[in-house]
Amino acid sequence: MVKLHVTASVNGDGVEFLCEPEETLLDVLRDGLHLTGSKEGCASGDCGACSVMLDGRLVCSCLVLGAEVQGRTIETIEAMATGDELHPLQQKFLEHAALQCGICTPGFLVAAKALLERNPDPSETETRFWLAGNLCRCTGYDKIIRAVLDAAAEMRAG
Amino acid sequence: MEQLRYEAPSTVDEAIAFLAAAGGEARILAGGTDLLVQLRAERIEPGLIVDVKRIPELTEISKGDGGFRIGAAVTGAELGEHADVKRAWPGVVEAVELIGSVQIQGRASMGGNLCNASPAADSVPALIAAAATAAIAGPGGRREVPVEEVGTGPGQTSLAKGEIVTSLFLPARAAHSGDAYLRFIPRTEMDIAVVGAGVSLTLDDAGTCSAARVALGAVAERALLVAEAAEALVGSKGDDAALDNLAAAASAAARPIDDMRGTKVYRIKVAGVMARRAAQSALERARQN
Repeated sequence: MVKLHVTASVNGDGVEFLCEPEETLLDVLRDGLHLTGSKEGCASGDCGACSVMLDGRLVCSCLVLGAEVQGRTIETIEAMATGDELHPLQQKFLEHAALQCGICTPGFLVAAKALLERNPDPSETETRFWLAGNLCRCTGYDKIIRAVLDAAAEMRAG
Repeated sequence: MEQLRYEAPSTVDEAIAFLAAAGGEARILAGGTDLLVQLRAERIEPGLIVDVKRIPELTEISKGDGGFRIGAAVTGAELGEHADVKRAWPGVVEAVELIGSVQIQGRASMGGNLCNASPAADSVPALIAAAATAAIAGPGGRREVPVEEVGTGPGQTSLAKGEIVTSLFLPARAAHSGDAYLRFIPRTEMDIAVVGAGVSLTLDDAGTCSAARVALGAVAERALLVAEAAEALVGSKGDDAALDNLAAAASAAARPIDDMRGTKVYRIKVAGVMARRAAQSALERARQN
C-alpha cells in the first residue's frame, strides 16, 4: 500500500507523517500524531467536534484529507492553553459549567477562539450564529454562549 | 476495490492530464465538503482524487472584462470577505454564505457547489440569475458556458471526461442593478433548500425594469432559468401586479418532487413566494445604486 509523505506545521511544530489517500486530517491528528483533543462526532461536517484552524481558517478536520495539508499550518485545541495556564475561554467554560460529557468542548473552544480573534466584542446573536456549526447534545447552548461572552469581556478588559 | 490515488497538481493542464488518463472513476477535490462525505458513506469509490487547490487559477479572485473572475475553488469565506464582489453581486455572495456553517464556509466553493450538481445547491440559482458563466478546461481545450448549462440532473453535469470548471465569471454591472437570493428552509441556519430563488435585475433612470433574470432551485432536477418570470418584471416598476405575475410564472415553471423536505404542491406555491420576495430585495438594492 502506497502511503503519502506529508510535512506540515501543527501547533507551531514541524511534523512529518505518512497517510493513506482517504485518511482525513482528523484521522492523522488522532491516530498518527496522538493529538486526541479533536473529536469525531458525525464525520460529515455537521457537528464541529473536530474543528481545527487550517491556515487561519476554522474548518472541520473530518472534511480535510491528511494529504491536503502538505505545507500548511494547523492549530488544534492542544495549542490553546499555555502550559498549565488555561486560555480565558477554557477557564470560563469551567466557571459557567459549559460542558457535561465534553465531547463537543474542544470544537466549541477552537471555534469560539476563532470568533474572538475576528471580533473581540460579538453580540449574543453573532456568537450563536458563529457557533451554529458546533453541536452540543447535553449542556444545551446557553451556558456555552454565556461562557464565550464572559471570556470575550475579560479578554477585552485585558 | 481499487487503491485510491491522490494527486495535487499545480497547473490546469496537469489536472486535466490526470483526469483524462484515469482508468476508473476520478473525482475533483475542491473544498471537499461534499466529496469527503460521499467517500466516507461509500456512495462513490473513485480510483483517483485530483485536489485542485494548488492551482493558482482556481483559487484567485480577479477583476477583468468589467466583472469578476472567481476561481472555482475559492472558498465561501474568501468570497464573503471580498468587498468589491459583495458590493457588485450581493445576491451571489449571500447565496454562497448560506451554505453550511463557518467551518463549511472555510472550505466550500462555488465550483464545488456547481459540480456537485445538487438541484438544491444555493449558489447556483444566484449565479444563473447573475448570468454568470463557467470557464471549463479539458483535453479538447477551453470553453465558457452559461452556468445553467453545467448541471443536468442530480449529481450529473454536462462536463466531459477530463474537463474541470476552472472559474466562474460574474459580468459587468450596469447602473441601478441589484440581485438577491432567498431560500426557504424550516429552520434559520444550515439546512438544504426546500425552494431557492435568485433574481438579478437592472432599472433605467426612471426606475423601470429594463432587464431581469429569475432562477429557481430545488424545484426540478436542476436549477431552472425562468424566462417567463423575468418577462413579468421587465417594463414594470416592480409594482404588485408585476410581482404577482412573476410569482405565478415561477410557480408555473416549478416541477418539483415530493420528498422529506417538502411536498410537490407546497414547493410550487413557495417557489412563487420566494421568487417574489427575492425580486423585492433585488429591486430595493437596484434603487440604491
